[in-house]
Amino acid sequence: MSEEVAPHTHFQYADARHQAETALSGMWLFLASEVLFFGGLIVAWTFCRHWQPAGFDAGSRETVLWIGTVNLFLLISSSFVYSSGLAFMEAGNAKRLIQCCVATMAIGSLFLLLKFYEWHIDISEHLFPAGPFKINGADAGGARMFWSFYFVATALHAAHMIVGVGLVGWIALQARRGAFADGWLTPVEVIGLYWSFVDIVWIVLYPIIYLVGRE
Amino acid sequence: MSQIVLPQSQISYLSDGVSLRSWLLTTDHKRIAILYMISITAFFFLGGSAAALIRYNLIVPEGMIQSAETYNRLFTMHGIIMVWFFLVPAVPVTIGNFVVPLMLGARDLAFPRLNLASWYLFMAGGFCALYALFSGGVDTGWTFYTPLSSNYAQGHVVVVVMGIFISGFSTIATGINFIITIHRLRAPGLTWYRLPVFIWSLYSTSIIFVLATPVLAITLLLLMFETLFHVGVFDPKLGGDPLLFQHLFWFYSHPAVYIMILPGLGVVSEIIPVFARKELFGYKFVVWASVSIAIIAFFVWGHHMFVSGQSLFASVLFSMLSYFVAVPSAIKVFNWLGTLHKGRIRFDAPMIYALGFIGLFTMGGITGLYLAALAADVHLHDTYFVIAHFHYIMVGGMVSAYFAALHYWWPKITGKMYPEMIARAAALLMFLGFNLTFFPQYILGYLGMPRRYHAYPPEFQVLNVLSSAGATILAAAYLLPLFYLTYSIFRGARAPANPWGSLGLEWQTPSPPFTKNFVVTPTVTEGPYAFSKHETFDV
Repeated sequence: MSEEVAPHTHFQYADARHQAETALSGMWLFLASEVLFFGGLIVAWTFCRHWQPAGFDAGSRETVLWIGTVNLFLLISSSFVYSSGLAFMEAGNAKRLIQCCVATMAIGSLFLLLKFYEWHIDISEHLFPAGPFKINGADAGGARMFWSFYFVATALHAAHMIVGVGLVGWIALQARRGAFADGWLTPVEVIGLYWSFVDIVWIVLYPIIYLVGRE
Repeated sequence: MSQIVLPQSQISYLSDGVSLRSWLLTTDHKRIAILYMISITAFFFLGGSAAALIRYNLIVPEGMIQSAETYNRLFTMHGIIMVWFFLVPAVPVTIGNFVVPLMLGARDLAFPRLNLASWYLFMAGGFCALYALFSGGVDTGWTFYTPLSSNYAQGHVVVVVMGIFISGFSTIATGINFIITIHRLRAPGLTWYRLPVFIWSLYSTSIIFVLATPVLAITLLLLMFETLFHVGVFDPKLGGDPLLFQHLFWFYSHPAVYIMILPGLGVVSEIIPVFARKELFGYKFVVWASVSIAIIAFFVWGHHMFVSGQSLFASVLFSMLSYFVAVPSAIKVFNWLGTLHKGRIRFDAPMIYALGFIGLFTMGGITGLYLAALAADVHLHDTYFVIAHFHYIMVGGMVSAYFAALHYWWPKITGKMYPEMIARAAALLMFLGFNLTFFPQYILGYLGMPRRYHAYPPEFQVLNVLSSAGATILAAAYLLPLFYLTYSIFRGARAPANPWGSLGLEWQTPSPPFTKNFVVTPTVTEGPYAFSKHETFDV
């Protein structure tokens, strides 16, 4: 990869614009595959809820609504902060981009801390589906299944969040080294797409975890 | 895109660095293809040895291998390795990696580092699977049906499933790379309808990679969760639904079956026109047949579940949708025959493999219709008829296509010619050995011999012995190329840039190609099979 047509442009591309558009479309396609990844889970979840609605409702009532809701607001504001950073960088203000990245990482970490705290509450209330379980009686089977989906989905989402925080940190480091000084913003945009996607996944998970069946 | 003259020393990609590091950290698509080729060759012979032991066991009715347990582990190992670590990466990822940028007139794939990362993911997944298979094995069959796999199976189900999960992301990465490359890095003048059919078939395959594999990934994740914690998602005893697993699994795995044939259809569509010296008949029909096979693939998964107790309405619908697959498949076969008609056919080794492919693919495809028919499937389900059917497609079809591709592009890959006569002999031997192995299995299945049993009633012995005898011939035919192709790397004659007189872009650069493929980005003015305009090209 030594020989470059222009700074940042790899040899298989005609020019920087060609490369930037290609990188963006690559991220979009990756997100399409992510939609199918979470989509498969949500389809299975929905199917099982229709199969055992009472159990799922009983399980859903045990979720910690305030943490889920606070986390929803946290993630939506993090996407806003990150996008502002991109807008600042487009105007040539690298310092503001770095600040926005740090703020995004802070919000993301807060989300994760709250999520860990929520898991702690869930597990100490015996809501982990294996072993002794809080809910008994006729709804126990469906409730256990709800909590199985809950833990798989939230763990998967948290893994995406951890990757996202790392990537945003990488953008901050790049910005500090002056990598985006000449108007080459492709990584900032590509990582922004990913971050917003992880945000949107939570917007979809939020109602099916916390709201449906809560009455 | 403007033409760019590279100030690049014109050295072949093979001599651009010889250290191990220069290979293991390469981002050159051609070198990554070689890395894949070495890995899948190892997997192929490993999976093949398991098959050899299966056929050895079935020589006598009571089974040569004493324990049914061992036999279960053998066919599971055979299935897992052959499906995920040979067939899925063979033509699309290995051959595709080498030729896609060359066919497009590009200097590399769109994301070279992602390409290298996907090889490492593939190897990581492969080592997980190998560890599990060698430290005791898995006895679930390659389909991992629940609750057998999650709560009854012995062995390292979680590790092997983890391996498949990881290697799945390797194919997603390759799929993204191919689709974006085909969209973004075509040479000037290379319009969609001037693309080689192989590119179209890889494009269709990549759609399946990107959209079906993640569903398998999430299914396997749920399976691992159920296995590790003994909670019910799929296990009915714990309150789960086993049919849900089958639906999710086949939603991936039926399209995945077409991952294992679409690239083969593309290879044959490349080879037939070149060795018939004639333009591909009905180009647009062939390319749209590929795309429609990829799309229909997503709507037929229920035909694996006719006897599972799913609703009759669903079965009838899936049966009808499955019939639709036959239409684009038949379009392809008839178009190849139309291309051959009045062509000046040469019987070089790639062509012999390709012609063998047409016959075997047709047999496999037509018997697929029997299985898509509801009433017939109740009788044939889970018998050797099914085994014979999908081996005709995957081995007779795809493995033949892989060998066809390997021989056809071998001069381009290595810069050396393989020995032609022995290659032709191997191709014929493969065709004979294959038919002797698998044709008796159609009859066995029709007579009612179930799959996955390590013993059988004595009246089935003659056909089983025939099949095992065929397997030894087939094994010899697979070993031959290993020797003569390796030999040709060291002692073969130097290959010219275009030994077959083909018109594809990959033949317009030297053999082996430069590191950056083309000195000047080529400009394309006509389709890839316009042989009528190039009589002088004849060799």
